[in-house]
Parts: sequence; structure tokens; C-alpha cells
Amino acid sequence: MSWVTKTLKSTLGRKLVMALTGLFLILFLTGHVSGNLLLFKGDGGEAFNMYAKFMTTNPIVKILSYLTYISVIGHVIYSIALGQLNKSARPVGYAESKASTNSTWASRNMGVLGTIILLFLVGHMYSFWYQMHWGGIPTVVYGTEEYKDLYSVVQVAFQQTWMVALYVIAMGFLGFHLSHGFSSAFQTLGLNHVKYSPAIKAVGKFYCIVVPVLFASMPLYIYFTS
Amino acid sequence: MKLTLKIWRQKNASDKGGFATYPVDHVSKDMSFLEMLDVLNENLTEKGEDPVHFDHDCREGICGTCSLYINGKPHGPLQTTTCQLHMRSFNDGETITIEPWRAKAFPVLKDLVVDRSAFDRIIQAGGYVSVNTGGVPDANEIPIPKTVADLAMDAAQCIGCGACVAACKNASAMLFTSAKISQLALLPQGQVERKTRAEKMVAQMDAEGFGACTNTGACEAECPKGISITNIARMNREYFSAVVSSENM
Amino acid sequence: MILDSKIPAGPLAEKWTKHKFNSKLVNPANKRKYDVIVVGTGLAGASAAASLAELGYNVKAFTFHDSPRRAHSIAAQGGINAAKNYQNDGDSIFRLFYDTIKGGDYRAREANVYRLAEVSVKIIDQCVAQGVPFAREYGGLLANRSFGGAQVSRTFYARGQTGQQLLLGAYSALSRQVANGKVKLYPRTEMMDVVMIDGHARGIVTRNLITGAVETHAAHAVLLCTGGYGNVFFLSTNAMGCNVTAAWRAHKRGAYFANPCFTQIHPTCIPVSGDHQSKLTLMSESLRNDGRVWVPATKETAEKLRKGQIKANDIKEEDRDYFLERKYPSFGNLVPRDVASRNAKYVCDEGRGVNETGEAVFLDFRDAIKRDSRKVIEQKYGNLFDMYKQITGEDPYEVPMMIYPAVHYTMGGLWVDYNLMTTIPGLYALGEANFSDHGANRLGASALMQGLADGYFVIPYTIGDYLAQTPPVKVDVNHPEFSKVAMEVKDRISHLLNIDGKKTVDHFHKRLGKIMWNECGMARTEEGLKKAKAEIKALKKEFWSDVKVLGANEELNLSLEKAHRVADFIELGELMIDDALNRNESCGGHFREEYQTPEGEALRDDENYAYVAAWKYVGENQEEELYKEPLVFENVKLTQRSYK
Repeated sequence: MSWVTKTLKSTLGRKLVMALTGLFLILFLTGHVSGNLLLFKGDGGEAFNMYAKFMTTNPIVKILSYLTYISVIGHVIYSIALGQLNKSARPVGYAESKASTNSTWASRNMGVLGTIILLFLVGHMYSFWYQMHWGGIPTVVYGTEEYKDLYSVVQVAFQQTWMVALYVIAMGFLGFHLSHGFSSAFQTLGLNHVKYSPAIKAVGKFYCIVVPVLFASMPLYIYFTS
Repeated sequence: MKLTLKIWRQKNASDKGGFATYPVDHVSKDMSFLEMLDVLNENLTEKGEDPVHFDHDCREGICGTCSLYINGKPHGPLQTTTCQLHMRSFNDGETITIEPWRAKAFPVLKDLVVDRSAFDRIIQAGGYVSVNTGGVPDANEIPIPKTVADLAMDAAQCIGCGACVAACKNASAMLFTSAKISQLALLPQGQVERKTRAEKMVAQMDAEGFGACTNTGACEAECPKGISITNIARMNREYFSAVVSSENM
Repeated sequence: MILDSKIPAGPLAEKWTKHKFNSKLVNPANKRKYDVIVVGTGLAGASAAASLAELGYNVKAFTFHDSPRRAHSIAAQGGINAAKNYQNDGDSIFRLFYDTIKGGDYRAREANVYRLAEVSVKIIDQCVAQGVPFAREYGGLLANRSFGGAQVSRTFYARGQTGQQLLLGAYSALSRQVANGKVKLYPRTEMMDVVMIDGHARGIVTRNLITGAVETHAAHAVLLCTGGYGNVFFLSTNAMGCNVTAAWRAHKRGAYFANPCFTQIHPTCIPVSGDHQSKLTLMSESLRNDGRVWVPATKETAEKLRKGQIKANDIKEEDRDYFLERKYPSFGNLVPRDVASRNAKYVCDEGRGVNETGEAVFLDFRDAIKRDSRKVIEQKYGNLFDMYKQITGEDPYEVPMMIYPAVHYTMGGLWVDYNLMTTIPGLYALGEANFSDHGANRLGASALMQGLADGYFVIPYTIGDYLAQTPPVKVDVNHPEFSKVAMEVKDRISHLLNIDGKKTVDHFHKRLGKIMWNECGMARTEEGLKKAKAEIKALKKEFWSDVKVLGANEELNLSLEKAHRVADFIELGELMIDDALNRNESCGGHFREEYQTPEGEALRDDENYAYVAAWKYVGENQEEELYKEPLVFENVKLTQRSYK
């Protein structure tokens, strides 16, 4: 076994993969949420549609998107592997446990939260990402160029109450997942320092609230404005 | 005080085991938890029943022999060792559930006694500085900043009781392992074997069947010696930098 | 038999160097042909096992604990002495030697103690090299504190957990040798007997505490590093598992037991709170550096205090009696342990004790906190204060601590010569298990020093001399002696299991403890000792006819383990009383009320008792025979100890 595979098989190596893919997905979320803010522009979706086209055609973005797919898959596969390992480390459980006195609920339930987010992600990608790439969605022309009108797809989708509710709830789960995941990734990477760790924790808390709230505000905004 | 004890009884490693319930009376608030169990055992013995087996020795919170998962927490409700837990932490009429440490790497030997030799093997994998007796430099030859010595001491205080493993939802031994790796990584004496030590100790920890860390912080919260999870971060750092830069294949 | 201490000739300071040179060496290639058994893995055992393995011997190390890291050395709090003179305050090897001899009330061997002081400096070097995080000054150099019985600062420490850090250091060295395959470790294995072939110790019989299997192990030499026997008193600061069994079985096979009555009563322990008490907790002696010991000046005030009518903090300065500072102005609260303990007993006997039982004195940090700030005190003693609070429920930052003496250390032990060999050739005793270095009283921070000195720096040399004269031929575990002794062990086990009496093992242990504490504790009288002897004889009989040991041998069986140990404690108790009766003087921890100065200080009788009393076992229920090893003092003048 080479040192690379040996490392990736170790508990610390697996954690490393979780942390790195997790952090990359955090970066992705940051980009995703900032781009989507264009939904609020009130220009009938022009900026948003142009942005959507850019995101699906730019070669650098393409590379980044493949990295994102890999990260998602890596994050999921390693979490399953780690979860199994962790489960097998305690074959007989406790009859009584007061875990809530020593750790947060989110930190103990990252797998559950992650699974819910993954299910949401599948639906989300079918609704928009699949439609954008392969679905028969209408087009619009800005200037001389033709664009896929993803904006209208979004508009239609978020007219439905259950969709909006689903998205808002899913963002709640994302928030909890991030509330532990953000600072946890830094801890795993060993980036812990008496001076900087409080800042990392503070940013993590800020991030896990702001990003999901911004995401959730999009369907709500559309639902209530149209 | 009158109490009801719900205690895990298991004849030996291969027995399935189960809970048994014992009422105890005349428990004084000043008794330690283990003294309360002593009284129970005296009564059981007099009745001809096998006493409850549990590990204990120094009864002053330093040897790390005592364990017990009491009412859903390792070493009970306080952040201390079971031997330092006193009955004033409980209420009259309470039911107390007592379980052994639960982990694949800590098999139950009898009742509440578990085998923690996995910890010894982790230390044997590299938790030392390879110096033979004699022929070492004068103790004051290498000055060590007080802050560094203090940090090393913070980590070195680990008593190897296994509460971290018991508390962790993944039965991970990272707090234990990282405490030793940290202590020796901080001190100048530990530098020579720094990389190899991190690699070997982590490998042994994995081989013993402990789980991975998910940074819940439960270990730190339950550690009777207050060992910090910053040690786990340091171990991660040590390990990652070791695997990419050491010459061990 | 004449006891030959094998003290090398020549000037004191050159004895050890000369002796090392004159000792025979084992050829490096031959070392791997020798097997050595080390019983016990505390400071002495772990350091010896590691050092011998490093030299190339094959070592088998045994401990009844689940891990070598649990040995009771771990509980030593205060520190370890070494004559480094880093503080430039006039320390030297000779001064450490002198303090130790004087502190031991001139009942220790000069040559051994000098060697101890000599190697003390190397111990610190060794531990630092192992990564022991000793306390340091801001400049990065090692810090020192002062300790009872010394007027220099020579104690090295790691917060209040020095024993833990030193043990973990030795444990790490041992672990390294386990990984190297030079030490085979046997945890949860208890030594039950020594096996002798042609008069030499050639192995041991053990019981696997998990399976009950009785096993035999052969070797060319056996080292007993099995600690002290303070648990003969039931209540002591020793860990619950500390026992005399290994040493006692060796004694019954021919190893003389020396000065068994020399027990140290530690002055700073948390007082007994009730009948349920299973052990006593020590508060480090280092607390006496900053804490002031006092009781109310009058009986009346003390009575009010006991009844809860007033609180300690209400008592005015003039109504307090800082009795140690008053009686011993130059040493004050830092007088040696025996003096401090005895004086606490006196003031309590006068009715001035401060807790409900009347058996406690105050140790007050009020003035130290005022002088140095709470933060400084917290840094020095934080963990001790926390421990006190946890046990008593009282906050020592706010109210004075209560302390009372408790049995802590046993200076007596197996008789050994200068090479640490017992009267059985090939059988060695190291650390607290031997009698050699502390005389009638041990100074604080000297136990760690002795354990490590014996293991790291003495035995590696002295054992070579013996092994070099032993042919490098494997000792055959199939020799009939092994199966014979194993059979005896099995018989004893089944005997204990079959008594099927009515009383638990602890019942007997508690009764033994009471007899010992009342009559052979802090103060002893001929009359009391004679009474106690009769009581113990009766207790022994009762034990062997009415003890109840449940379960079987073939399982983890705590009652059976304890039964073995208590049976041996009972026999040892009787010998301690014989020894205390024989020694018609007061010295160090041995205080016979008949022999005291008009001021109530211990009155030694150097003319008649400047000897080591070594006892030979002659047979079941027979009086042991006394052999005397005269103590010759060439370098110190015997004076009445004075800490005034």
C-alpha cells in the first residue's frame, strides 16, 4: 500500500477528505449564494439568466463545477465510510446516554443532516440544474444572443407553496450542518490557534446563519412578490 | 439516602450480560461513589451473591483505573473521576444506571471491568522519547519556555482512564492519543522522533478499532483532567505534515 | 547467618564509583542469555525493567494492574529531590545525604543514602530527556520548591502531579522496550510466590487475575518492586490494591524483613469522615510551604468550633495557636513529617481538634493568599485545592483546610544489601519494597528519588555482578520446584475458597487496621503492643476459619485477590508489633511513649538500637528470629534531631 492510500485509509486521512471537500463545498455555497442574489435585481431575470449561461459555459467554471461534483461525491462516500467505521467502534451501545450535556445536537447528527441535505440536493438539481442542461426550457433573447430562461423556471417553481416550504426547511438543515461543519473542518485540518480559533468560530456562526437565510429568502421573495 | 442501582452484570467476556437492580439504603452524602459500591458489595457477599466487579485503585483521581458510565455520562455527573465523585451529587430516591465503558477496543471482562490495554499498545507504538538510561545531557542544558512546558504539562496530565472514548459517540481515542503526541511534539526532547511518532501512534490507534473524531467535543467536556481538543488539532497537524514529509514509506 | 551489607570499603564519596568498577560485568553478547523477572511496574519496577532491557537482558514485567501506568507511584504529588544546587542556595550531594540521614533519625545506612544523593542528579537529567514536563521558570530553566526537613530548595516538580509524570516517563521507557520485544509485559497478573532452586531465586508463580490460571515463570534473577505495606492499617493513603503479598511470600521463603515497624504517618491528609471510609487522601506536603497549621488556643474555643457555634474564620489571631511555628521557630510548618504528625495528635489529644470527630487541625492559606494573591496560590496548588473541595465539599480558598495525619509510607521492607539483594541470592528488592534508604522516617520528595535511583542507576550495575557469576544457561521451568510451588499456591487458593465462613474479607481487614492504628500507629506502648499481638493472633485464627470468599478461581474474583492479601497483612501485622516491641526507643516514625524527652520529642537510644532489625521467618505460627545489622556512622555525628 502506498503512503497515499495508507493515509487516505486512516481515520485522520478520511477526516481530512471530509474537511477538504467540506470546505470546498463551503466555497461553492459562497459563490452560489452570491450569484443567486441576482434574483433580487428586479430586471426580469436578465442578469440572472446571463449569469446562469456564464456558469454553464465558462471553461474555468466548468473545471470548478467538476471539482464540486467530486467534492459532493467524495464528501458523501467518505461520510458513509467513516460512519460505518464509527458505528463499528461501539458494537454495544449505552442503555442511557446524556450526550446532550457534552456536545451539540448538530455535531452528533451530521450524518442525518447530511442525508437530508443530499436528498434535497437531488431534487434541487433535478428542478434546476438538469432543466438548465438538458430540460426543454424556454429561451429569451437579450441583445442578439439567445439565453435559456432559467429565471422563469425559478419563478414558476416557487409559485408552489410546498416547494417554497421544502426549500426553507432544507436551508434550516443546511444551517445546522454548517454550524458544526465550518469550524470542525478547521479543527480537522489542525488549524487551531489560541489567537485565530475564536475568529474562525465566529465566522462559522455568522456563515451558518447568513448563507442559509439568504438562500431561503430567495423562494420566499419570489413567492411573495409575484 | 435510599437509592436504586441498575448495574450491568456480565460473568465474563463471552457472556451476553444484562442489567440487575439493587436497592441500597443508608447511603451517606459524604461517601464516595465507590464507597457506596463497597457497601453494596459487602451486603452482596454476606448474602452469598457475587459482588459487582469494577476497576479502581488509588481513589484519589490520578491512577485512571476507575471507570463506570453513570447515568449516561462517563465518571458520572461531574467532570471528575468516579472515585472523586461523592454521593452528595445524587438525590434521595434516585435510580442510578451504571454501565461499563462501551467500545470495541475496550471489551468487557466482567461486570463493569473493561480491558483498556489498547491504550498501552498506542503508547508502545511511539509514545516515548528513545533515550536509554544514562548518557543524557544535563537537565538544564536545553531551556524550555515556561509557556511551552506548561502546554506540554496540560497534555501530559492525561490519566489514561478512557473517559474520552466512553464519551465519544464514535468511541474515538483521539483525545488520548493526541495528548501524548502533543506533549512530546511541544518539547524539544521529542523533536527527533516527532514525525515517526505521529504516524505510528495514529496507525496503532486505528488498528485497535477506535472510531474517528467528528469534533463533537464530548471528550473534552467529560475528561476528568480537562485535556483540550486543541491537542487533537495539533495531532492532526503533526500527522498530516508527517505523512507528506517523512521518509517512512 | 551474619547479615553482610556488602558496603564497599573506602571514603564515603568514593564507595559507589569504586563498587561499580569492582563489580563484574556481563559480556554484551551474553546479556541476551539472561532472563530477569521484574514484579511491579511502579517507579522502581518500570525504570528497572526498562533499563535492564536496554542493556540487553530479557525482561518479564508483572503487574496486578491493568496497565503499568496505574502503579501507586503515580499518586505522589509534591516532587522529587535532587542535589542539583540549581538555586545556588548551598545544596550539595553531601547535604542531601546529611538531610536524609538526619531526617531518617539515624537509622539508615550511610553508604546507601550517600549513593542515593549521588545519583539523584542523574535522575532529573534522565527524566527531562524522556520528556517529563517539570515546572520551569520564565527563563526556561527548571524550577524548584522547598520541602519538609530541608533548608534548601531542591525539589523538582510537575505541578501537583510529579509522581504521575515521573511514572509516565518510566512507563514510556518501559513501553519502548515492550515494543522492542525486550520486555514481555504481564498485566493483571499477581505474583503468588517465589521459586527457589539450590538456594537461589529462579522464578515466580503467578495468578492470572482474569482467568485464574496459576502459571510459572523462570529467570536468573527476580526483582521485587512491589511497593509498601501501608494498607496493613486498612485506612491509609495507599491505593486500594497496594499489598505486601509479593514481599511477604518472599519473606516466608527466606528473605529477611527489616524494620517492619517503621511506618510514616503523613501529617497532611484529609480527615476521616465516617465508617464507610475506604481510604485516606493525602494533600501534598508542599502545601506546608504556604499553609499555616493551627488549632484554637483553648479547648473551649475548639469545642464551640466542633459544635458549629463559631466558624474558623471568626477566630481571632490571638486565639489561634500556630503550634508548629511556636514550637519549632526555625523550621516552622516545614518540620519533618513525623514531628508534624505527632504534634497534630498532641493538640487533638488535648481536645483542641477542629472537626466533628475532634481529629483534625487547620491548614490555613489565608495569609498566603493575602501575601501572594489568589492567582499565585491557584497556580501552585490549584489541583490540590480542587481535590479537597471535591472530597469535603468545602472551598479552601475561603475556609481553612482541615487535615489529620494518616499512614502514608513504610520505611521498613525486605532487607537488602548494598546491591539491593535480599537474603535470598538472586532475589532483589527495589523502591519502597526494601528498607534501605529512609531509616526511621522518610523526608518528603525522597520516595520518588529512591524508586528511580534503584531502578535506573543502581540495579543495572549490581545485578550484572550477580549474573556474571551465574552461568548463562536457561532456567528450566520444568524443574520440579516450579510445579511444587505452583501446587502450594493452588492449595492455598482452594483452601481460601473452601472456608466458606460468615465474614467478608474487608471485615477482617478493617479489624486488623483498627488494631494496628490504635496500638502500632502514631504512638506505641509496650502494653498496647502486647495486647495487639494477642488480638492479631486471634484474628488470624478467625480469618482462616470464618472468612467468606465467594466465586471460583477460574474467573476475575476480587474477593479472592483481597483474601490473599489480607491473609498476608495479618501475618505482617504481627511482625510489625514484634518489631515495635523489640525497639525500646523512639525514632522517626516509631514513637514509643515510654521513650521521650521531657519536651515530648522522640528519644533515641543509639547505644542499644543503632541497628537494622532484620527478621527471619522460621515457620507457621512461630516467633520470628531477629538478626541485627549494626549501623556504623563514620561521616555524620549522631545528634538528637532538633528542628527548633
